[in-house]
Amino acid sequence: MNTAYLYSLIAVVLLGLLAYIGAEAAGLEVLFGVIIPYLALIVFLVGFANKMLDWGKSAVPFRITTTSGQQKSLPWIKHNRFDSPFTNGQVVVRMLLEILLFRSLFKNTRTGFAKDNQHITYKWVLWLWLFALMFHYSFFVVAVRHLRFFAEPVPFFVSFLEQIDGMLQILLPNLFISGVVLLAGASLLLLRRVFLPKLVYISRPADYFPLFLIIGIAVTGLMMRYISKVDVVRIKELTMGLATLQPSIPEGGISGLFYVHFFFVCILVAYIPFSKLMHMGGIFLSPTRNMANNSRAKRHVNPWNYPVKTHTYEEYEEDFRDKMIEAGLPVEKE
Amino acid sequence: MNDKNKIIAGLVIFFLVLLFPFWFNLIFGAADASTAPEPKLTDKAKEAETCVAETDHMRTEHMQILDQWRDIVVRDGKRVYVAENGKEYEASLSNTCMDCHSNKEEFCDSCHNYTSVDPYCWDCHTYPEETK
Repeated sequence: MNTAYLYSLIAVVLLGLLAYIGAEAAGLEVLFGVIIPYLALIVFLVGFANKMLDWGKSAVPFRITTTSGQQKSLPWIKHNRFDSPFTNGQVVVRMLLEILLFRSLFKNTRTGFAKDNQHITYKWVLWLWLFALMFHYSFFVVAVRHLRFFAEPVPFFVSFLEQIDGMLQILLPNLFISGVVLLAGASLLLLRRVFLPKLVYISRPADYFPLFLIIGIAVTGLMMRYISKVDVVRIKELTMGLATLQPSIPEGGISGLFYVHFFFVCILVAYIPFSKLMHMGGIFLSPTRNMANNSRAKRHVNPWNYPVKTHTYEEYEEDFRDKMIEAGLPVEKE
Repeated sequence: MNDKNKIIAGLVIFFLVLLFPFWFNLIFGAADASTAPEPKLTDKAKEAETCVAETDHMRTEHMQILDQWRDIVVRDGKRVYVAENGKEYEASLSNTCMDCHSNKEEFCDSCHNYTSVDPYCWDCHTYPEETK
């Protein structure tokens, strides 16, 4: 058994139990329903801003663009605009393609031996790209759909999204495709890290923990909707109380399963600024992606260059001309 | 490169989008949004005292019961539903449920609208006209 994922799994299970027991048995609804959510949000906002501003201070004196295409040079050589952007506009397009379509994952290759066991081959492998797209987009849709609990009246785009997401009209309550895809995507990303030996080797608990946590969120969410029903109206009372800054625990109580789900979400939100999940902000600051590859056309001066004391040849000759002529050395000015 | 201003601008936009619920409810929200609507009972429903199951069970599982009713009526042809307490009911949304709960707007819709649930019951079923 690999301890990296064992520890992460145990941590998530313990956190879930903590919330369940806390809300069901210990009567700590106010802690898990009001205090921890607000704390998590504050930790997220402060931590996220702090991290981004800290990264913003990093020195980026030179253009260190990673390119995978021909840079702009002579007019008859075809320039690859989005793999080696030259203008800021091209950089924006490149960033959008990266952020919205995960283009660098699309270029993923796997190294291995050819059939003859002699030659190294590079195979184009799209699974990571596919799972990542499934996971990120369904997570986004699920997050937007949850606005129905945090806004009253429910905004039109939330109802619209629900209609599209529930277009299969199967199961009752109506199945939302995004919930299932989210669980599938997160599970597949986890299975990669469990079954591919090279990935197991480079995976740390910090890689497994968020995956287990998100799987926990998806599982508890799906359970509340399709299996062990919870009282949605009371939940909205609680969440609307949070969103209008008049928090209260609704009378009659809510199932402990909800508090597990909510606690997992709070942990995830508070955990983001301190973890690999900061790539949500970091991707915008990737120095290898967000700069134009134009160092041949434009001079980029290191902004903290200090004035260097120089002594040019002209000055040198000025100082020693007489002696040079005496010694018979050639001089530029007589 | 010094992109501090761009980073701060991006952060501000991100946080504004993220904190959507807070400002949305402040500007567009109803004043009593954090108090859930209480489904109104008609006189007939109050008189009956119990529904086909306990109130808490009905609050979370009514759609499952209706789904089950549809299956036993449409697929098995059984129109009688025996409740937990032994009482027999005709398995019918229009004739049984909406006989007592004839006030769709004040009963069904109040919670459904609050939680943005759009059940497709009434794509097929008719409901009694609201008495004004």
